[in-house]
Amino acid sequence: MKLRVPSFSILNGKNWKFTPDTLFQIFLGVLSIISVIVLAALLLRELIKGSWPALSTFGLEFLFSTAWNPVTGEFGALPFIYGTIVSSMLALLIGVPLSLGIAVYLTEIAPSRVRAILSPVVELLAAIPSVIIGLWGIFVLAPFVREHLAPPLMNYLGFLPLFKGPAYGYSVLTAGLVLAIMIIPIISSVSREAILAVPSLQKEGSLALGATRFETIISVVLPYAKGAIFGAVMLGLGRAIGETMAVTMVIGNNPQIFTSLLHPGYTMAAVIANEFTEATDDVYLAALIEIGLVLFAISMVVNIIARVITWKYLKLEEGLS
Amino acid sequence: MNMLSRKAMDRLFTFFCIASTALAIIPLGSMLYTIFVKGFSVISIDFLTKLPTPAREAGGGFGNAIQGSFIVVGIASIIGIPLGIGAGMYLAEFPNSRLSRIVSFTADVLTGVPSIITGIFAYLLIVLRFGGFSALAGGVALATMMIPFIVRTTEEAMKLVPAELREASLALGAPRWKTSLAVVLSTARFGIITGVLLTIARIAGETAPLLFTAFNNRFWFDGVMNPVATLPVMIYTYAISPFEDWHAQAWGGALVLVAMILVLNIGIKLAAGRRW
Repeated sequence: MKLRVPSFSILNGKNWKFTPDTLFQIFLGVLSIISVIVLAALLLRELIKGSWPALSTFGLEFLFSTAWNPVTGEFGALPFIYGTIVSSMLALLIGVPLSLGIAVYLTEIAPSRVRAILSPVVELLAAIPSVIIGLWGIFVLAPFVREHLAPPLMNYLGFLPLFKGPAYGYSVLTAGLVLAIMIIPIISSVSREAILAVPSLQKEGSLALGATRFETIISVVLPYAKGAIFGAVMLGLGRAIGETMAVTMVIGNNPQIFTSLLHPGYTMAAVIANEFTEATDDVYLAALIEIGLVLFAISMVVNIIARVITWKYLKLEEGLS
Repeated sequence: MNMLSRKAMDRLFTFFCIASTALAIIPLGSMLYTIFVKGFSVISIDFLTKLPTPAREAGGGFGNAIQGSFIVVGIASIIGIPLGIGAGMYLAEFPNSRLSRIVSFTADVLTGVPSIITGIFAYLLIVLRFGGFSALAGGVALATMMIPFIVRTTEEAMKLVPAELREASLALGAPRWKTSLAVVLSTARFGIITGVLLTIARIAGETAPLLFTAFNNRFWFDGVMNPVATLPVMIYTYAISPFEDWHAQAWGGALVLVAMILVLNIGIKLAAGRRW
C-alpha cells in the first residue's frame, strides 16, 4: 500500500489562523512565485518591450521578408527562420533513426555489462558544452565535410538541388550533423525509458508466437512506445531549434536562402549571437530582439507539446532537457 | 517471407542498432581525443594563471577567464540556488495547491527556453538599466537558466523522502514547518546537493547567455559591475579568430573547461551511486 503524502493546504480553509505553519507556506509560496512566475513574466515582458520598435515598424512583414541589410535598415527574418527549420529538420532526419537504434540496442540487444558502460557514455555527450562541440565542429567536422562527405554527395546526388555544389565546410549540412550529435543523448535516453516501459508480457507473447526480435520490436515494442517516442523527438527538436553556439560556429552565417545543404546558412539563434553586440541603432537591436521573441515563441510551443506528450505517456520528471 | 529472409532482416536490424551506437560514440571519442591531444600541448602553469597576450605574442593564458567563470557561476548560484530550492520545496510540500500546478508547469516550460534568450533577457534587464556589460548581468542570465532545473531537482529529491518519516514527525506533534525543514529537507539534502552540483556543471559551460552580458575582458576581474572574461566566451572568441596561436589556446581552454565539467559530473554520479 502506498501512503499518500499529507498535502493539505493550510491556506485552503475559510477560518485559518495565523500560525508559523501558514507563515511557512506563504514564505515558500512567495519564493516560488518570484523564482518561477515572476521570472517567466519578466522574460516575456522584456522581450516584447525590447522588440517593440521593430514590431511596430515592420509588423508581420518582418516574418516573411528575406532582406536583411542593417546598413539600409531592411530587416526580414525569413532567412533565419528558414535556416533554423532546415537545420533542425536535418538534425531530426539524422538523429532520430540513430537515437532509436541506440535505444533499442541499449534496452533489447546489448548484454547488461555493455549496457552499463555504454549508457553513461552516450549521456556523457550531453554534458559537453556546446561551445566545445562548436570548436570541434570548426576544426574537425567542417574540414571532414568539405573533403570527405560533400564531394561524394555532389557526385552521386548532385542532380538534386539539395546537394548542388560548390561545397563549403561551413554549411547547413555541417550544422545539421552537429545538431544531430547534440540531440541524440536526449532522444535516445527518453526513448529508452519508453521502450523499458513496454510490458514484457507483450514482448514475450510476440516472441512465443515465433516472431523474430526485429519483428517483435517493429510490430509490438515500437507501436506501444510510439507516443512517448514522439515526445522524445519533440524534446530533441526543441533543443535543436534553440541551440546557439555550436551552430553559429559551423553554419557559415550567411543570411540568404539556398536550397543546397552544402551552402552556408544562418539560424535565428546564430544571428542574435553574432550581431547583438554590433547592433548600433535601436531598430537593428529591436529587430534582433524580435527574432529572439519569434525563437522563444517557436521553442515554447515545441517544448509545451513535448512536455504534455511525455507527461502523458511516461512519468518522467528529472533532468531531461 | 521465408524463415531465411526473416532471420536476415533480424541480423540486419541488429547491425543497424550496433552501428547507430557506434556512430554516436565516434564523435564523442573524436572530441575527447582532439581536446586532450591539442589541449595538453598548451596547458602549463602560465596558461592557467597568466593574462592573455595579443595574437602572435608567445606566452599568456586564460587565468582571468578561469577566475571569471568561477565568479559568474558563483553569482548565478547565489541568486539561483535559494530561489530554486524555495520553489522546489513549495512544490514538494504543497503539491495539490493551484499555485503548485502553475509553478510546476511554468518551471517545465522555462527549462526549454533557448540559452541565447536568457542572454537577451539579462541584457535588457541589467545591461541596459545599469549602463554596461557586467559580471552581474552574466550571473543573472545563468541564474535564469539554473532556476527551473533546481526547482525540479529539489522537488524530486523531497518527494523521494518516504511519507512515513513525515507522518512520524507530524504524529509526534512537530509542526509542518519543522517537519519540512528538519525531517524532509534534511533527509533529501544529499539528493538536492547532487542536483545543484549537476546544474552547476551544466551551466558552467554555457556561452550564449554570456556573450552580451558578461561580455569579455582582457584583464582580471574588476568588480561585479564591469565586464568579465569567462572560459566559454574566451574559447569562442579564440576559436573564431583568424590566428593560429589563438586556435591552439582555444583547445587549451577547452581542455580546462571539459576537465572541470567532466570531473564534476562523473564525480557526482559516482558519489551518488555509492553513497546517496
